[in-house]
Amino acid sequence: MCAIPCGAHAGPCILLTLSGVSKTFDSGTSALARIDLNVREREFVSLLGPSGCGKSTGLRLIAQLLKPSAGEIQFPQGKPQIGFVFQEPTLMPWANALENARLPLDLEHKPQADDRAARALARVGLAGFERAYPRELSGGMKMRVSIARAIAAEPKLLLMDEPFAALDELTRQSLNDDLLKLWREDGLTVIFVTHSVFESTYLSSRVVVMTPRPGRIAADIALPAPLNRDANYRLTPEFSASAAKVSAALREAMT
Amino acid sequence: MNRAAQIFIPIALGIAVLALWQFLVRHYYVPPYVLPAPSDIWAAFIENFSSLMASLWTTLSITLEAFILATIGGVALAILFSQSRLIETALYPYAIVLQVTPVVAIAPLILIWVGFEHIDTALLILAWIVAFFPILSNTTLGLRSADHNLIDLFRLYGANRWQILTRLQLPTALPYLLGAMKVSGGLALIGAVVAEFVAGSGTATGLAWRIVEAGNRLQIAKMFAALALLSALGIGIFFALTALEWALLHRWHESALKKQN
Repeated sequence: MCAIPCGAHAGPCILLTLSGVSKTFDSGTSALARIDLNVREREFVSLLGPSGCGKSTGLRLIAQLLKPSAGEIQFPQGKPQIGFVFQEPTLMPWANALENARLPLDLEHKPQADDRAARALARVGLAGFERAYPRELSGGMKMRVSIARAIAAEPKLLLMDEPFAALDELTRQSLNDDLLKLWREDGLTVIFVTHSVFESTYLSSRVVVMTPRPGRIAADIALPAPLNRDANYRLTPEFSASAAKVSAALREAMT
Repeated sequence: MNRAAQIFIPIALGIAVLALWQFLVRHYYVPPYVLPAPSDIWAAFIENFSSLMASLWTTLSITLEAFILATIGGVALAILFSQSRLIETALYPYAIVLQVTPVVAIAPLILIWVGFEHIDTALLILAWIVAFFPILSNTTLGLRSADHNLIDLFRLYGANRWQILTRLQLPTALPYLLGAMKVSGGLALIGAVVAEFVAGSGTATGLAWRIVEAGNRLQIAKMFAALALLSALGIGIFFALTALEWALLHRWHESALKKQN
């Protein structure tokens, strides 16, 4: 139940609130400046901006791996279970796919770790690869193991830091579709960092455009996209219109 | 080149060189106190078999003990360093001092401190000093090389220092440690031999002393026999550690990855 009342017309409850969040590193680099952002349950929010605009810093602040220099990050309903996917697969090379996917469950001493990790691997299309070591897997498959690890502990909030940037176009599209499926089926809230207009438009229910360093929110665009998106959606006029809108906002943010 | 050829070619070369050696020594009547023929060395080996084997055992046990203690000590100190920057800052310079001071120069001091009645202990300490540093420095580097994103992930799931150490830092450091062990295994042998040379004076009974003793008596063939045993010991240690490395890393580490041609 929501700690903050949210009426029927107000939509789903707020999961996460950033108020006036700034981050300046010890080196003096100012990564984020006065970010105000509410993220509601089941939203798919893309943080879109050029490299080095503090998007990754934002994710780390939300995961509480970094402390903000100013402002506050709040979870009105308590801190949810969080999954994190990095730009690199970031797997343990000495552990096979199952052991990698099981990591969050092991660290949190959750029961039935093997079964749940195996199910997570199956859901990202890696059934039968449980015993494979990372070096035996392709780049796309490694990223799938990384996603399986992130969802193995059944998170409510999934944080993704340009996860598909290093993959080829076909692999990326197939992972995009799989990610949307996971989002719909599990009722996940996703915060997805990217520098691709098309990826953010295809995936998100909402795109937050950020300015170059220090990162500020330049535009916050809700996308009226259908829930069941597939490859054909990329060819529709709605998709083109949304992409044009996001692209224009990004261009404006850059100047 | 296939595997059989890789083994056969060096062995064939070795046999050819031995045969040439034997022929040249016999043909030119080289006196045995200058260069004994391989057959003389073999004869000396058979003649002194029991004393040489006893010496081999002495040198082997000191080398292995020093190596094992160096591995345990090096890893333990590296773990301590990884947990506390303060301890690392305080102790690391002294570890380097221990490393850069030639063991030959410390040996007389250690011998006096430990006493000639405990010569094995002195040899052990000296071999340990030589073998210790590569383990410490490589393991320290390995523990520090853990992927920063993985450390973040561990912290995200509430891992404590023990979990990060055992599940992330130690496996990361394993290839570094195994590489250092191959270096240290050889160094422990060198340390044991050098220490025995310095100790001298008949108290020691290892292979190094057999070489000194045979040299003093101009038993050059016996010197060669002891020298060959020392080499064999070094080679044996190297192959044992290579096998250990393969056993622990071959499933996952890039170094063991077969290239597909």
